[in-house]
Amino acid sequence: MTRSKQDKWLGYAGRLLVALILLYVLLPTVVVVISSFSSTSVLFFPPKGWSLRWFERALAYDDFRNGLYAGLVVTAWASTLATVIGTTLAIVINRYDFRCKQLIEGVLLSPLFIPHFTIGLGLLMLVAQFNLGRGYALVIFCHIVLVLPFVLRSLYVSLQNLDQRVERAAASLGASPMRVLWTITVPLIIPGLFGGWLFAAILSFNEFTASLFVTTQATQTLPVAMYNYVREFADPTLAALSVMYIAVTAGLLMLANRYLGLRRVLNVEGAH
Amino acid sequence: MTRKPAFVLWFVLPSALTALGLAVALLTVLQYSVRAFIPGSLEVGGLTLGNFQDLFKGLYAQAFLNTVMLSVKTALFGLLLSYPLAYALVRTKATWLKSSILIIAITPLFLGEIVRTYSWIIVLGSSGFLNSLLLGMGLIDKPLQLMFTQTGVVVALVHVTMPVMVLMLATALSHIDPAYEKAATSLGAGPIRAFLTVTLPLSLPGIVASLTTAFAWTFSAFATPQLIGGGKVSTIATLVYQLGFSSLNFPFAAALSVAGLLLTVLLLAAIKRLSRPLHSIGAH
Repeated sequence: MTRSKQDKWLGYAGRLLVALILLYVLLPTVVVVISSFSSTSVLFFPPKGWSLRWFERALAYDDFRNGLYAGLVVTAWASTLATVIGTTLAIVINRYDFRCKQLIEGVLLSPLFIPHFTIGLGLLMLVAQFNLGRGYALVIFCHIVLVLPFVLRSLYVSLQNLDQRVERAAASLGASPMRVLWTITVPLIIPGLFGGWLFAAILSFNEFTASLFVTTQATQTLPVAMYNYVREFADPTLAALSVMYIAVTAGLLMLANRYLGLRRVLNVEGAH
Repeated sequence: MTRKPAFVLWFVLPSALTALGLAVALLTVLQYSVRAFIPGSLEVGGLTLGNFQDLFKGLYAQAFLNTVMLSVKTALFGLLLSYPLAYALVRTKATWLKSSILIIAITPLFLGEIVRTYSWIIVLGSSGFLNSLLLGMGLIDKPLQLMFTQTGVVVALVHVTMPVMVLMLATALSHIDPAYEKAATSLGAGPIRAFLTVTLPLSLPGIVASLTTAFAWTFSAFATPQLIGGGKVSTIATLVYQLGFSSLNFPFAAALSVAGLLLTVLLLAAIKRLSRPLHSIGAH
């Protein structure tokens, strides 16, 4: 009897703890949403009045518009090229032996533990040394390198789950290796390919530290433009932009959860 | 192994070129780190180890210490907050609750450092949310100094690293059969004892993995210490940026990066080494 009562209190305490932690996780988001509707340029809590002017300013601010454009250009190129590079490499690594296999794989996976600022600094010094300008190509290359490990990981899983007997059946019926690849392998790994591409795109769009090193005024991505804004101004424009950012991200995640099953994608399905 | 078709070469080529570019960039860091700095010029002088000797000077030694302390604190507090969430995520039966916890815990992962750090500036600032709340409730008379302090940086960094820790811990916990815990309770152990003697030890490999990741992430974090620390909390990352962009001292920035990388590798190797006995507990 006492034990079941104890268990009950323990259950309440556990729930309270989880609720408090969720509150901590949600707190900044809630506060940023409230601030974005404040009417004064200096923030007070609670805000002295409400307005939408910071949303207007965020949408009209040139650096954010250019940053969004540059960010989308970089993200589109980087995530697509990384998916192509990652897919071709994953397929040959999974199926064949070739020279420098381990070396190439090792170097390409190294951004998982090498800090982004080191990679950004290295690329910056490299172009400075050879007087190659800091253009889009540099930023895109930098992002490819940073997202490639995640693309590779997603594709390794897909290729491992693929039933190789299907490929062998096609080959035994006379299909050339290239034909097997295009008609069997690639269509079967499309979900992994898409997952890898999506993850790469999200990472690339949000990448900040290395981008700060390799971008210029002309190529600065949205996170870099936002960083420069916080350093110069203290008004809630960035809060308004953050709210739009959060809304779009949450919307995309809910769609992903609904159509792809986030729990399955993120591999946290319970054991029962 | 099948005979190599001709397309293998064409498939390896793009990755080989990418790897080459990255390797050359990293070697450039290494090369610059042993070159002398010529003030006012991007050209570098002859070979020297002076950059590495300078690392032992007060300011830089302090940055190393700060970085390690921030990483240790962030990893430990991150674990304390992430574990209960991961546990709730895996063991909750109601689907809506599970989805809600997942969305709340994971969404920040996709928001990027700047949005999250900026949100914390509004929460922690002297006229920010937290101070207004505490002043309003009469708990404090003057605003707490949270911005530009290590405490403020840790509060924000824990928030930044939590989603990844929750994911890693949830993955580890989801591989533990709840039947083990039930067996322990049916044999008379209370829920706390069952957790401490069964589930916790079984999840140790996941704990170590998430601690290691949090540590490495914090070590290379830049935006959060830079904006919340506001120059008062120097870390390796913020110093590398300052040296590279304000002083244009590329050789010293490179030396600092190399030393930081070496330190990360050594510490991670040490954690791996120390945690080896834990893995054998987890495996039983």
